[in-house]
Amino acid sequence: MTAVYLFLGIIIPYAALFIFIVGLIYRILKWARAPVPFRIPTTCGQQKSLPWIKAKKLENPYNTAGVIGRMALEVLVFRSLLRNTKTELKQGIRRLVYKESKLLWLGALVFHWSLLIILLRHLRLLTEPVPSFVLFIQKFDGFFQITVPALFLTDILILIALTYLLLRRVASSQLRYISLPSDYLAVFLLLSVAISGILMRFFFRVDLVSVKELALGVLSFHPSIPADGIGLPFYVHLFLVCALFAYLPFSKLVHMAGVFLSPTRNLANNNRMRRHINPWDYPVNVHTYEEWEDEFRGHMKEAGLPLEKE
Amino acid sequence: MTDTTQKPEELLKLDYTPPKKGWMETPVDFKKGTYCYSAPQKHQEYLGLPYPRQWQPFDKDWKLPENWKQIILEGMNDRLSKYRSFRLYMDICVRCGACADKCHFFIGSGDPKNMPVLRAELLRSVYRKYFTLPGKLFGKIGGARELTEDVLKEWFYYFYQCTECRRCSVFCPYGIDTCEITMMARDLLSLVGCNIGWIVEPASNCLRTGNHLGVPPHAFKDTLDFAIDEVEELTGVKVEASVNRKGAELLFITPSADYFASPHWYTFLGYLMLFHEIGLDYTWSAYASEGGNFGLFHSAEMLKRLNAKMYAEAKRLGVKWILGGECGHMWRVIHQYMDTINGPADFLEEPVSPITGTKFENTKSTKMVHICEFTSDLIKNNKLKLDPSRNNHWKLTFHDSCNPARAMGLIEEPRYIIKNVCNHFYEMPDNTIKENTFCCGSGAGLGSDENLEMRLRGGLPRANAVKYVKEKHGVNLLTCICAIDRAVLPTLLQYWVPGVEVSGLHELVGNALMMKGQKERTTDMRGTPFEEKES
Repeated sequence: MTAVYLFLGIIIPYAALFIFIVGLIYRILKWARAPVPFRIPTTCGQQKSLPWIKAKKLENPYNTAGVIGRMALEVLVFRSLLRNTKTELKQGIRRLVYKESKLLWLGALVFHWSLLIILLRHLRLLTEPVPSFVLFIQKFDGFFQITVPALFLTDILILIALTYLLLRRVASSQLRYISLPSDYLAVFLLLSVAISGILMRFFFRVDLVSVKELALGVLSFHPSIPADGIGLPFYVHLFLVCALFAYLPFSKLVHMAGVFLSPTRNLANNNRMRRHINPWDYPVNVHTYEEWEDEFRGHMKEAGLPLEKE
Repeated sequence: MTDTTQKPEELLKLDYTPPKKGWMETPVDFKKGTYCYSAPQKHQEYLGLPYPRQWQPFDKDWKLPENWKQIILEGMNDRLSKYRSFRLYMDICVRCGACADKCHFFIGSGDPKNMPVLRAELLRSVYRKYFTLPGKLFGKIGGARELTEDVLKEWFYYFYQCTECRRCSVFCPYGIDTCEITMMARDLLSLVGCNIGWIVEPASNCLRTGNHLGVPPHAFKDTLDFAIDEVEELTGVKVEASVNRKGAELLFITPSADYFASPHWYTFLGYLMLFHEIGLDYTWSAYASEGGNFGLFHSAEMLKRLNAKMYAEAKRLGVKWILGGECGHMWRVIHQYMDTINGPADFLEEPVSPITGTKFENTKSTKMVHICEFTSDLIKNNKLKLDPSRNNHWKLTFHDSCNPARAMGLIEEPRYIIKNVCNHFYEMPDNTIKENTFCCGSGAGLGSDENLEMRLRGGLPRANAVKYVKEKHGVNLLTCICAIDRAVLPTLLQYWVPGVEVSGLHELVGNALMMKGQKERTTDMRGTPFEEKES
């Protein structure tokens, strides 16, 4: 058994972490190395023009502060998704109606924030001493002490949100049509990570002291499998987490890094105020005024238009 | 015109349920009325486009160059390394579907490949196959597919069924902009000589004569003289306008449709009247006689070639800065591209209104001001005498054109002008205006007659919102600040909402403008009698 635990507890996590870090850096560099030839923000509100017209600083930012604000709204509260509507054609009155449709926004927001809080909570296993904010988050998250050990709100929320995101994909014929196998894989992977974690907490208890011993060992590059043994459920959970991390750089989940680089969102709409440089700009073949006048000189003279050359 | 004889109620029989068979297995069907024809060979040749030839999308054999696949893949590789937007948007879509029902073409056609997400997947699937590890390893399971001639034809069909309006990018949580993807796809298609006539012909005309319509300089002068006469007939005021005049303070550039098409013409008259009334020292140019730029719908290179004339002409004439007329995509080019591709405009001065002294701080680098910024500043500073009751016969609504709304944020300036020149203004529903505005359905070079059914479908959401305000408020005029809008919306409205006319904003300004020395005016520019003044 030791060999298996060695593999699951030490080799796989190192490999996954390696793939995750190198893969993500590779992806980001690949994007970052491609230049942004044109400044192309999508503007979602009034521009800054005349002083008496109120500009929308966050929806149509014209400076860095505005861009930071816009990006913060996008990343923290999914501003664009909040705009979502559902278009319906009312055949009877032949009218298109645009209904409020905030469920996707809510589902996505709940999922991502739960995931973040869960990740932060896990820091208690990866740090010694445990930072106070981690303890605070844990306390706050376990506020509803309905069960022993305390039920974490985010555990429930992430399950609900992921189930919704999965059902939504399956239930809507349009979404089914656009979905790729990898879209399902991502949800299933996340669900299995969440479920295995919750099961471990409530049904297949493992020795947390040993878990922490292993984790700290791995992180300090002095890995060893704890003598007391942790139990298989933990290794199942850990394996799924590793699979998720290793898969991330090759999947659509890289959007977590990519969103920061999106040129329609992270550029200021100061286009006519400040020149943007295209690094690969090259001269092109144009039709000069001289060539143009040469072709039309006779007619222009007749029409009394001014000429460069008589 | 095409033989689109379907009645609106037939066209409205829409089914948004996708077919049973997967999209990769559904080949494209070139249905008459839903695609554009290719370009005449002479125009392809004039522009020096690769592999010029006679071919049509409905032909079985597209006469592609032998190594077409290699050309496309190399072209893709090149663009992936030149455009962060392209590479990023190939990678990060999660297929959440928020964009799906935001596209006017999907709403109007129900064709699932018109969902922005799937339109992009048409290209992404090929990207995965040739440029990503999972795609190479897992093929179809990994969302990847081979580049075949059928795939290329599908690209042609669907990337010329996108008007680059960017509405989907407003709703995308990562800002994925289908416009960027469409631009890349069209650029790639052009590498193997697959272009459409309605883009290549105007671009070729524009390169040669200076404008999309191919109007030569002497005809331009004639038209201007004709307009001057018409203004005199209408108002009793003889306005002045010069062409290619050196030493003028400003150069004015507007889309060529304004001086050759209807209802653009009345906006053109409006400009002439306004500039005369404020005593603006400006000139027109017959060389840079086009505000629009169909190069934007073709490739970054064509965009730059056509746009170069604006700065070149401003420099030659020695003007201080440039004023630009009402147009949609023209302003995407000027606002987001011109300074980068053909700047710096260090030979011009930072724009200051010669009438009000207002500094247009927001244009200090590009040095080109939008006519709505210019006119709203005139009104704000009480420089115009306006009688809005002269537009009382219009109950109007305002259509935000895609590019001024979503690539600039020019939203309140036109509304401020409207509120000062009209008494009866009604907004369409919130989900269809400002940054949420719906495209006319014919932008980005798709306004050709043979494509009429698709245009009517794509224009459905816009027309439907107009219908709503027509029924609710009796709206009889749709005002817009885009030349393509003015060219295509009359057809669209005639089909979906008969009884609503289309106008430019400066037509209404011209109607309301009280000119010094004017005779008693009894009709608007269209010859419609003014209504009795409200007491």
